[in-house]
Amino acid sequence: MKVSTSWLKDYVDLSGITPQELAEKMTDGGIEIDAVEPMDKGVAGVVVGYVKEKTKHPDADKLNVCKVDVGTGEDLQIVCGAPNVDAGQHVPVATVGAKLPGGLNIKRAKLRGVESQGMICSARELGLNDKLLPKELQEGILVLPKLELGRPIGEVLDLDTHVLELDLTPNRSDALSLLGVAYEVGALTGRPVKLPEQDVFAAAEKAADHLSVSVEAPELCSHYSARYIKGVNVAPSPLWLQNRLMAAGVRPINNIVDVTNYVMLEYGQPLHAFDADQVAGGSIVVRLAREGETLETLDGQQRTLQPHMLVIADRDKPVALAGVMGGANSEVTDETVNIVLESAKFDGSTVRRTSRQLGLRSESSLRFEKEVDPARVIPALDRAASLIARLGQGLVADGIVQEVVKAAEPIVITVGLDRINAYLGTEIAKLEIQTIFGRLGFGSEISADGSAVKVEVPTRRGDISRDVDLIEEVARLYGYDNIPTTPIHGDTTPGALTASQAIRRELRRRLSDAGLSEVINYSFTSPARTELFPALGGSSRPIRLAMPMSEDRSVLRTSLLPQLLETATYNRNRKNPDLAVFEIGTVFHTDEEALTALPHEKHRLAVLLTGALRGASWNRKAQKADFYDAKGVLESVFAALGLSGSVTYEADSPEHLHPGRTAAVKLHTELGEQTIGYVGQLHPEAQQAEDLDDTFVAEIDLDVLYDAADRSIVYRTLPRYPAAERDIAVTVDAGVPAAALTAAVKEAAGELLESVRVFDVYTGEKLGAGRKSVALSLVYRHPERTMTDEEVAGLHAKAVAELEQSFSAELRK
Amino acid sequence: MKERLEALRAEALQELEKVAGPQELGDLRIKYLGKKGALTEILRGMGALSAEERPVIGELANNVRGAIEAVLEEKGAAYRRAETDARLRTETIDVSLPGSRLPTGAIHPLVKVQQEIEDIFIGLGYSIAEGPEVETDYYNFEALNLPKNHPARDMQDSFYVTEDILMRTQTSPVQIRAMKASGGKTPLKVICPGKVYRRDDDDATHSFQFNQVEGLVVAKGIRMSDLKGTLLQFVQEMFGRQARIRLRPSFFPFTEPSAEVDVTCSQCGGSGCRMCKQTGWLEILGCGMVHPKVLEAGGYDPEEVSGFAFGMGIERIALLKYGIDDIRHFYTNDLRFLSQFARM
Repeated sequence: MKVSTSWLKDYVDLSGITPQELAEKMTDGGIEIDAVEPMDKGVAGVVVGYVKEKTKHPDADKLNVCKVDVGTGEDLQIVCGAPNVDAGQHVPVATVGAKLPGGLNIKRAKLRGVESQGMICSARELGLNDKLLPKELQEGILVLPKLELGRPIGEVLDLDTHVLELDLTPNRSDALSLLGVAYEVGALTGRPVKLPEQDVFAAAEKAADHLSVSVEAPELCSHYSARYIKGVNVAPSPLWLQNRLMAAGVRPINNIVDVTNYVMLEYGQPLHAFDADQVAGGSIVVRLAREGETLETLDGQQRTLQPHMLVIADRDKPVALAGVMGGANSEVTDETVNIVLESAKFDGSTVRRTSRQLGLRSESSLRFEKEVDPARVIPALDRAASLIARLGQGLVADGIVQEVVKAAEPIVITVGLDRINAYLGTEIAKLEIQTIFGRLGFGSEISADGSAVKVEVPTRRGDISRDVDLIEEVARLYGYDNIPTTPIHGDTTPGALTASQAIRRELRRRLSDAGLSEVINYSFTSPARTELFPALGGSSRPIRLAMPMSEDRSVLRTSLLPQLLETATYNRNRKNPDLAVFEIGTVFHTDEEALTALPHEKHRLAVLLTGALRGASWNRKAQKADFYDAKGVLESVFAALGLSGSVTYEADSPEHLHPGRTAAVKLHTELGEQTIGYVGQLHPEAQQAEDLDDTFVAEIDLDVLYDAADRSIVYRTLPRYPAAERDIAVTVDAGVPAAALTAAVKEAAGELLESVRVFDVYTGEKLGAGRKSVALSLVYRHPERTMTDEEVAGLHAKAVAELEQSFSAELRK
Repeated sequence: MKERLEALRAEALQELEKVAGPQELGDLRIKYLGKKGALTEILRGMGALSAEERPVIGELANNVRGAIEAVLEEKGAAYRRAETDARLRTETIDVSLPGSRLPTGAIHPLVKVQQEIEDIFIGLGYSIAEGPEVETDYYNFEALNLPKNHPARDMQDSFYVTEDILMRTQTSPVQIRAMKASGGKTPLKVICPGKVYRRDDDDATHSFQFNQVEGLVVAKGIRMSDLKGTLLQFVQEMFGRQARIRLRPSFFPFTEPSAEVDVTCSQCGGSGCRMCKQTGWLEILGCGMVHPKVLEAGGYDPEEVSGFAFGMGIERIALLKYGIDDIRHFYTNDLRFLSQFARM
């Protein structure tokens, strides 16, 4: 909403307040002013002139030499290049010495050898926004109506004003009008509001003789009123009216349409004028559209109507989309003689739905959507009729033809004075509260016992419906700054992280301390990306957005990995080939074909390593990341969660991962074994597709870990008896997993084997093809005594025998 | 015997005087003082001495041993010193070369800021509530006093999945979930951080995915002044003791009264600069007293209790805190950007 201060002061006294001060006051009061624009961009010395003569420039095709009278008694010779300049026009003339916006000074000049004593100006040269002008005026000079010669242009074009741009919150639709803004300014400044003038109509002609109104959809139109105006002269509006419309950002059209727009801006009540002779039978019917009906709206578009849309129809056909836009079939044109003027209250949500569905938003629909003030239907109608009678020489027929379904009624709210202060933490006196309501123009009365105030809220403030709304009014006029700052009293509460929050935080800390950087990717991705990696937890049907912004971001991610690859590619393209990153985030999937309930949301941890884990330095070579680095990250995570003993890794070959370098991560709990993630190298083909070097990834489900995690640390006494260390080196088939060997050794040696560790793995020609050597280090210990050599030897022999038996292992000597 | 001892002393000292290195010094020790050394050799004749001579000769022998040992010790120490010196010389390194640092990764700046906010509120007795990112229309809008077709829904353009399921546009639905989960208990003090989604074209200050932190307090007798007090405490912990706040009336469907909150500009301290567009203030959050309808939706009686709520964008705070010029940096994950947040 744009409000010009010169217009606003018709309704409320602004003396002594600068536009900037006004803007600050309004912003502090809750209506944010986005901008304060002066209309006058520094124009001086520009006056109204009259083009007496136009002759072609002798040496330039596109230039004309004009003789211009600016009321000084001496004609000026001005060279003008505008295509629309012509003799007989009144035009703005920048005389010698004039100043134009942008620091342009007008001097006497010679144009192609012909002297020019000034310049005839276009709207843009005067600093006006010419987008609202007809095209020929945008491309040429501004042609004015007949005016007194020599008058300063600032006066003529109402440039001595500022335009405030209001950024209205949806609740303050009352300020979508000059009067509404005036009430707000009145409340903020304590000044009274002056209502516009209205004429009294007393014609012999009866409106009811020409017009009938019937509301067939009473629940969607609580009040419809119309007046009949006869014998209008459709013509351009006077300049003052055009100036005001343009300052508000509305395009002037003709005096009839302009008045309806003017009064809409003034009262916030949209109006519509029909060519009365195009309304068949003089009958106005407010009804729902019928199946298959169409209407060409004023913007020239053919609209197919749906049965839930409210229309204004005549005897035969729709003539307007109620509250949205008029129909071309009943448009006011230059030939129009008689008009029907409409003022009504249409249901906001119906207007909103219709305008949304048709993609047709207008100044009218914008206001109806937010519910107009029912008490202004008639005043706005009469105000517009007055102006049309004055400007269009029409005769306003006697009487309003209307159907009132529901009359406007102010609401009354009672609120306890203690309640106001208890809610705000203030001590505002009774009298001050009443003064505030008075300034707002609300009637108020203190109850007999003095404890409450009864407030009558005018219908223009439809946003106020209960006690807290009134408390807000008191608070904002009392000033939020004046509300004290207090600590909360009452019971205290302990603040803490939940277990899962604490785990995520701890993982982030540990991983970043270990050299991995955290990334955050978008939750939206492309359908193809969701199919890249194996599903965890069974179902993985992705969820598609109803209306995505692009196909690339049309589904919710089902894995964190695809976008981690994008992170890697992005960095690689920016010369960061060495990357160690992780993400903790949510993935989404559903078991349903079509979503009827909320989908599964799971927390995941994903890791990506590529390039060098540690860069080369003067004292060591770069350390390239490998599978065991990625696996090591997971092992550290599980160790931190107390789950080292419950997790195993099994060779696996899911799609897009290297079949020889990938493991499924299995968690073993009382509930059994489940796959909770993968760790592996990206498949060479995938690496190529993503334009990456060797890349190692891991992803695990965190939700299951929250439950499985053992966060209790229980101290074990330190060993009091010495351990016996023995090594075994065996050759086995290359395909035998080392973990199988260690597991077998543990099983065979029993409880007294404290630990077993792989300390060397070797393959080479000496061993023969398909064989490898694995060296294990075993530690034996008895908790209550020192073990004898014989005891250790006995256990150790069992371990060796097990390896020989189960894996055809050959002991290396 | 006496003469032989004296001669031994003279010979040994003379030889020690000319000793050429630690090896030779060792040899001389063996030669004179070793088990089969010269001194032992002489003392073997002690048995032949008279009882009177024995202590005299014994004392002399000890003197001779002492004298030789003293020189051996002195020379030995000198050699060891020299040896150590030589070793230290060869072991000398260039201490100006760079050290081998511990690996440094970084927590994402948005998470860093979120954790900082969480810690402030945990200190104030809040717990942290979380909710789904895919929400029902009911929790995201209706329970928050935003019925279908309400014009205020225009304030947020949403990503719908179905007619009734959408990506949450705000963390406010977690307020309702937290209230319901509490079963009407008071005081309820929670903050709700998380990702939210709005249909917005990405540019330097807009992102269709971003993060919010929502705060909610419900108890008997909560006042708007308590809200001001809480927010002042928060901004002073977040932006420093000198920070001040300013509340301006605003509108949110789920609070009444509602306010936008400005904090004194962290760049200029309030005197006006480019960052705050010369106003001295930066808008950082929205807040208000919980609307009675929202309390009802959460299972509380608005006649019995009251509450306040506030919400802020984590990106906005991070942009201000670190002076970041483009919100898109948070989601492109350029290592050169991320690694700047590895510090404390």
